[in-house]
Amino acid sequence: MKIQSVKDLEQIRQDYSQRLYYPEAVKVNIGMASCGIAAGAKASFDRAIQDIPGGNGISISQTGCLGFCEEEPLVEILGPGKPRVIYKNITEDKILETIQDYNEGNFNKKWILGQMRDPRSFLEDDIENPLANVTPIEGIPFLEEIPFYQKQVKIALRNCGYIDPDSIEEYIAKDGYLGFLRALNEMMPKEIIQQIKASGLRGRGGGGFPAGIKWETCARHNGDRYIICNADEGDPGAYMDRSILEGDPHSVLEGMLIAALGIGSNQGFIYVRNEYPLAVKRLVSAIKAAVKYGLLGDNIAGSDFNFNIKISTGAGAFVCGESTALMASLEGQVGRPRAKYVHTVEKGFRQNPSNLNNVETYANVPAILLKGADNFAKMGTTHSKGTKVFSLVGKIKNTGLVEVPMGISLKDIVFDIGGGVPRKKKFKAVQTGGPSGGCIPEQFLNLGVDFDELTKVGSIMGSGGMIVMDQDTCMVDIARYFLDFLKEESCGQCNPCREGITAMLDILTDICTGNGKEGDIELLEELGMMIQKFSLCGLGTSAPNPVLTTILYFRDEYEAHIKDKKCPSGVCKPLFHYEIDEEACNGCTLCAKRCPEEAITGEKKKLHHLDLEKCIKCGICYDACKFDAILIQ
Amino acid sequence: MSQAAQIKSVQFESVPSIEIDYMELDNIIANEFNNDKENLIMILQAIQRRYNFLPRPTLAYLSTKLDVPYSQIYGVATFYSTFSLEPRGRNIISICLGTACHVRGGERVRERIEGALNLCDGETTEDQRFTLETVRCIGCCSLGPVIKINEDMHGHISSDQVEKILDPYE
Repeated sequence: MKIQSVKDLEQIRQDYSQRLYYPEAVKVNIGMASCGIAAGAKASFDRAIQDIPGGNGISISQTGCLGFCEEEPLVEILGPGKPRVIYKNITEDKILETIQDYNEGNFNKKWILGQMRDPRSFLEDDIENPLANVTPIEGIPFLEEIPFYQKQVKIALRNCGYIDPDSIEEYIAKDGYLGFLRALNEMMPKEIIQQIKASGLRGRGGGGFPAGIKWETCARHNGDRYIICNADEGDPGAYMDRSILEGDPHSVLEGMLIAALGIGSNQGFIYVRNEYPLAVKRLVSAIKAAVKYGLLGDNIAGSDFNFNIKISTGAGAFVCGESTALMASLEGQVGRPRAKYVHTVEKGFRQNPSNLNNVETYANVPAILLKGADNFAKMGTTHSKGTKVFSLVGKIKNTGLVEVPMGISLKDIVFDIGGGVPRKKKFKAVQTGGPSGGCIPEQFLNLGVDFDELTKVGSIMGSGGMIVMDQDTCMVDIARYFLDFLKEESCGQCNPCREGITAMLDILTDICTGNGKEGDIELLEELGMMIQKFSLCGLGTSAPNPVLTTILYFRDEYEAHIKDKKCPSGVCKPLFHYEIDEEACNGCTLCAKRCPEEAITGEKKKLHHLDLEKCIKCGICYDACKFDAILIQ
Repeated sequence: MSQAAQIKSVQFESVPSIEIDYMELDNIIANEFNNDKENLIMILQAIQRRYNFLPRPTLAYLSTKLDVPYSQIYGVATFYSTFSLEPRGRNIISICLGTACHVRGGERVRERIEGALNLCDGETTEDQRFTLETVRCIGCCSLGPVIKINEDMHGHISSDQVEKILDPYE
């Protein structure tokens, strides 16, 4: 069936909304994004399909990721007239028992993350809350009451975890493609761009350039205009784009369609990382479904508007996240950036005007058109509107994807949502912005997170990776780590980046191996400023950020490495050794059992001894000891 | 010639010559990818999926087929990190060295695997059992440190589990 009008869309919406919210029998939704699958969701899914005979009506279905990666695999179960319950850590061995638990109404608290209060997204306020007449389970918290979800507001992630990503009908049931059809039937291109401008939406990929202005400039230039989606999410520690593509691919397609209408384009491209095979698979299936319904292709929804989308995969080059490099790569060439005297909105892909936004930016667009620019602009700070998705990872209790209004404090994110640092360790810093960003120390925890505030403290928003570090993270090693990354990923075209990063890395490696000299810190600062100033593209100009911010906020650690030849965090191997604390060791034997080198000896309940000759400083004993008896010296 | 370069060239000469099925290659280039030079990266990926690496004769063939200079094809094949011009092992170990895995001890896992197999990044064991690769973030940060062997993800690894994890892969 080809959709011709809003009426056709409405028909599908009603049908599938009914199926989504009022199932005829028990329905099991298993979160099957890459992270869930890695945690065992696929095995659970297969077991459920195999062992639950279809006869008794129970249906098993896949969804995207609900964001709480720490508790994955997450399984949601709903039934007619019954509450919707989200079970956590449901691996293969527990899935059958879980379904039984729900069917029998036991609701084992130990297995349950929470229950839903309202499964609608904020777009669906025109329908009644399907759970309005369902009695909630006593003693089980609503998701919104759990600290992890309490402060979250979902716009870009509105459908992730709620629908089957392979079902376009379920996306339509959640008001999908309605914003696009309205734009197609009722709005002039200028009005569409005006809406995006008024919303204050800024690019979610890193730079934070206002999307509306980019669209407007692109529309002004003549030629075959292209709409390109940057799904080359290269920042290590950031995976929100992957989650959106795997959980709600149609929201990105719809965002691109709206951009195509506004800018006047007939061809779109999605450039996806090769490391995300599942995202590619779901995108392919989404595009097929959209073509089938006449929402992509020629004469879309009976109009004279044509738009096609092609998927291109990257091949493992961080620099291809940069616009000009990405476009070179799309053309089948080596992904080297060029100087941007002429911007890509004027001459980009195939020398034609090209509009490039990232996945999260496009996913926001349908919501802006449906709910209005004002609604979006109400949220956030003066110059950063709406919400931002962060991936909260590293030394944090509640690892996961969180979407919060701009302006929320770092403290709220790390401690309230993230639950702080595990194992009673001390928080040290949070790293934002990937290799182009910086490390923000404890003193700035009250900082309201938006594009401008993060820049003020020397970091950047980037694509939203937030890596939490604790007392066991060495900041010099982190700086070295990022430069090592950037050295590999520098395309090698311009001198300052290619030689400068290598020179800085050499100095940092010396410092980390105990060969640091007086004056190294100053030299790093000087080199850093040179690279920032003279590099060709964003990779180089931001490359020194991790080093400069760690020097700024953790100079004492650099000095300890250089002057005292000590690594206080116990990371740089030549600069520390382990010792057993005679008072704290109670002879539990755990460290001796786990030591791969048999360097620790001792009898049960007696003080253990560590043979420094044999010790390879692998850290297994340090992590294993429950009594803090292994010391870093 | 430096020692490293010598070792490389010896390794290259010891590559067993493999039969290239040019009919199949034509099929990939024409049917799947429209003879379109813009699809070069994806064509190379398809070839690598088929042969586990990029045999040099296929690059030369591609050059004439797509009318793209060999230098450009070689450039693309060596610029992007997923491509390998040398045969890879039966099992590919990808060690995630994303920031989240790094702060959770990914480096120690890497050292342990390198030690156990006597390999460095990008190398293959003599018996062709394993190839070791490092990747920057697979996006499964909640499971860090993570390694991926072929398509299997192994999460929350501590360095003393390494041998046990590698064992089943033949």
